[in-house]
Amino acid sequence: MSIKILQDKCIGCGKCVDICPGNLLELGVNGKVEMMYPKDCWGCAACLKECTQEALLYYIGEDMGGKGGYLVAKDKVDTIDFIYVRGEKKVKFTVNRKTASQY
Amino acid sequence: MNLGVQIYNTDILIIGAGAAGCYSALTLHEKSDCKVILVDKANIRRSGCLAGGINALNGYINKGDTPDSYVDYVKKDSQGIVREDLLITMAEKIEEVTRKIESMGLPILKDENGNYIPRGRRGIRINGENIKPILARSVRRAENVIVMNKVNMIDYIIRDGRVIGAYGFMVNLRVFVVIYAKAVICATGGAAGLYLPKHWSFSRHKIWYCPFNTGAGYAMGIRAGAEMTTFEMRFIALRCKDTISPTGTIAGGLNVRQVNKTGEEYAEKYKSSTPGRLFATIQENLKGKGPCYLETKGISEDQEQDLFKAYFNMSIAQPVKWLENDTGPAKENVEIEGTEPYIVGGHAASGYWVDTGRGTTLKGLYAAGDVVGGSPKKYVPGCFAEGLIASVSALEYIKSVPDPEPDMDEIIKTKEGLERYFDNPETDLTIEDLELMMQDVMDKKAGGISENYIIYQNKLLEAEKEIVRLSELVETLKASTMHDLLFIHEVKDRLLVCRALIAHILARKESRWYCYLNNADYPNQDDQNWLKYVNSVYKDGKFNIIYRELVGRDEIYEHKDITG
Ligand SMILES: Cc1cc2nc3c(=O)[nH]c(=O)nc-3n(C[C@H](O)[C@H](O)[C@H](O)COP(=O)(O)OP(=O)(O)OC[C@H]3O[C@@H](n4cnc5c(N)ncnc54)[C@H](O)[C@@H]3O)c2cc1C
Repeated sequence: MSIKILQDKCIGCGKCVDICPGNLLELGVNGKVEMMYPKDCWGCAACLKECTQEALLYYIGEDMGGKGGYLVAKDKVDTIDFIYVRGEKKVKFTVNRKTASQY
Repeated sequence: MNLGVQIYNTDILIIGAGAAGCYSALTLHEKSDCKVILVDKANIRRSGCLAGGINALNGYINKGDTPDSYVDYVKKDSQGIVREDLLITMAEKIEEVTRKIESMGLPILKDENGNYIPRGRRGIRINGENIKPILARSVRRAENVIVMNKVNMIDYIIRDGRVIGAYGFMVNLRVFVVIYAKAVICATGGAAGLYLPKHWSFSRHKIWYCPFNTGAGYAMGIRAGAEMTTFEMRFIALRCKDTISPTGTIAGGLNVRQVNKTGEEYAEKYKSSTPGRLFATIQENLKGKGPCYLETKGISEDQEQDLFKAYFNMSIAQPVKWLENDTGPAKENVEIEGTEPYIVGGHAASGYWVDTGRGTTLKGLYAAGDVVGGSPKKYVPGCFAEGLIASVSALEYIKSVPDPEPDMDEIIKTKEGLERYFDNPETDLTIEDLELMMQDVMDKKAGGISENYIIYQNKLLEAEKEIVRLSELVETLKASTMHDLLFIHEVKDRLLVCRALIAHILARKESRWYCYLNNADYPNQDDQNWLKYVNSVYKDGKFNIIYRELVGRDEIYEHKDITG
């Protein structure tokens, strides 16, 4: 899995660059973020939650069963919305950060 | 290429701001006003194992258990090779550190009487998505702690047999960093990326352990001549296929059966322990009864929704994989598999050989968390506890040591050692290829996935030679960016950890812990001869093996006969 950056949505704030535990993202000369090392992504989604612009897409590689869909996240402090999109399919999950998991 | 230089001075330097490092910093803040520098190769808000969030607080001592019964359990699960002094001192602090992380804002599930609700026998239910930002926020409030993000440390500074700081470099700026300190606490976590993972192409980093924990702390200690223990005890996780998501979320949350392809509950046939459950799964596969599954098919829609959400909280690949394939755990059982092996002292027992106060055999150097050996099954609470213990010891130590003086000659020499990688001529060998070559050797000749984790001595001897050869090749690699310099150091450290691992396996002539050490040439567990620690000290390019007697629960272990 890895991350794609939507160049038209990225505002170049650098938050994702700063947060990546593998230091894998960089601000390019055009002021937009680039994923420098797509194969080195752990898939922790730290960057996804950091992005305020929904400019980051999380996807899983074909080698582990990816089919071309992607995930975006909206961090609303106490909750996070995850939106999965593939073609016509669009599913939203809201997870609460404040309540402990039963699982 | 010239690197700039920045020199810092502090009382205590903590390397690695993960579970153990952050807790060390918080302890030093609470118990003193000494100056602390906490340095991490990434940003402490999301660095290390905790980046994506966690599932539960494992290793919690619930009602009905005691610190002693926890030690009994870990000793049994690890087949005797543990440091009971380390485990008991850790276990006695679990309650304190758990209350503290809760007070910092970690949600923990409680019953109507305010008691934590167990998750299995030795865990509690939390919301772990945010645990790292919560820790980082508390550290930020500690005014005597300076956090340095994105500085990768590479070696200790040693003078007159004492560790007096460490060298490093900035990950995104051309700056060489020198930090002098009266004492150093190493908390860099374990080592991932030694063995070829199942998906070695695009998704090569979809592995269980944090791929950015590359064994730097082990390697720094090995190079400096610190004694290390039990590197022959690898850790291999049993996880959901492909996504490497935790199985406990399903197994613990829903109480479903673990079955082979015929629907038989197979794990019961084998001794039940953490390595035993992995071994059972591998055996079923070898007998043609695999793949193995968690039997989730038929769970309710609500349960399925809950599972999706639980995974979104800490292991996103799993729900995305279900969504990609228009399926879910109610429709299909969840296949499980073993990962590639890791060296990680928080699950197995490999790492620094420490005294009961978590002092290493190098004066002035303390260690905490996954980098420490002898005390497996620490998990997050145990890493906190070790951070606490190491900090208290370091505070005591710095009372009697002077401020270190900078040594400019050594600084310049070390800096030039780094600049050399930029000056190396272009070569066809890429850092990436070298790493893949290492992983391939370890996989095929040191008991990786393709070998069903079985180790053959003749192959291991070949692996030893090849890893030494690859270690020499590292010096020819060329860096063009600071990232290249980082990657070069990561592979260099991994290679040294591989060498330690091989040296330790060669020294323990038995099998133990099922797949963690499955020696084809010595297939049986031999308690008569091998209820002891295999330790090593690296000197003049060689690992010298030291065998030590088991340390008991009531002992206060001190380093007396340090060799080196
Ligand atoms: C995917 C996953 C899920 C887990 N889930 C659970 C769970 O649900 N419950 C539980 O109790 N335990 C869980 N664990 C175990 C737990 O997370 C670890 O045992 C614990 O985080 C280890 O703490 P640590 O401080 O030793 O390492 P880490 O928390 O990983 O911290 C090490 C830090 O050192 C930094 N570092 C490394 N090298 C250098 C260097 N050269 N210079 C500077 N900094 C460096 C890293 O960036 C990192 O921040 C999980 C582990 C993993 C990998």
